[in-house]
Amino acid sequence: MDEKMNEKNFEQTSKKYQPKPPYVMNCVKAFIIGGLICVFGELLTEMYIHWFDFSEEEAGNPTVATLILLAALATGFGFYDKLGQFAGAGSAVPVTGFANSVTSAALEYKSEGYVLGVASNLFKLAGSVIVFGVVSAYVLGIIRYVWQLIF
Amino acid sequence: MNFVWAFVVGGGICIIGQLLLDVAKLTPAHVMSSFVVAGAVLDVFDLYDKLIDFAGAGATVPITSFGHSLLHGAMEQADEHGIIGIAIGIFELTSAGIASAILFGFLVAVIFKPRG
Repeated sequence: MDEKMNEKNFEQTSKKYQPKPPYVMNCVKAFIIGGLICVFGELLTEMYIHWFDFSEEEAGNPTVATLILLAALATGFGFYDKLGQFAGAGSAVPVTGFANSVTSAALEYKSEGYVLGVASNLFKLAGSVIVFGVVSAYVLGIIRYVWQLIF
Repeated sequence: MNFVWAFVVGGGICIIGQLLLDVAKLTPAHVMSSFVVAGAVLDVFDLYDKLIDFAGAGATVPITSFGHSLLHGAMEQADEHGIIGIAIGIFELTSAGIASAILFGFLVAVIFKPRG
């Protein structure tokens, strides 16, 4: 008890009293919602292949674009954020979560105007995904290219 | 069967994300960034293509496929144009996703009112 309360043991002590997240239940919710979004994506892919003559490889593009449109609309209606509270990673990990972060950042800053608010903050949350994606893909691309040249 | 594997694999990737949120205490932005890098790393060994063949949208819908598509487009152009091709091709396969995210994100912000 006579231990001094400093920043370090404050974190340790307070950890004991923080409510533990319901790990299993959260995973079940993420699994079901994430899985359902992917099933819907599969449905769109099959639709684009059979009705619009896309090849199996090319069908990914219109599928992703459609999912992004729907997620942007769902964010506008306030539905996607409610889904996010329920599903956690189940709604954040699919590409719809990327669209949700773009749209919600744009909506949040709408009051600051279209140029300084909406347009400047569009990638406030999603920018990290693009930056890390491009940097890692670039580095890995160079490594793989040099590898192919040597071997 | 396509739909079953899309559900299982897509849901499984989301479980990994949920564990990173709950157990590793990462923020959603950290999880999404890590997943994109993971997708690019898996594409180096062509593992992600095998996952797409197997699970379809279960592998193309999660954000990991963004990293895979970035590297994939880059390597396709690198085969034609050498090292400069990496810069030419990096957004080749992802441009539909990024362009529609910008367009629809902007339009929704114009039309809808912010909530909460």
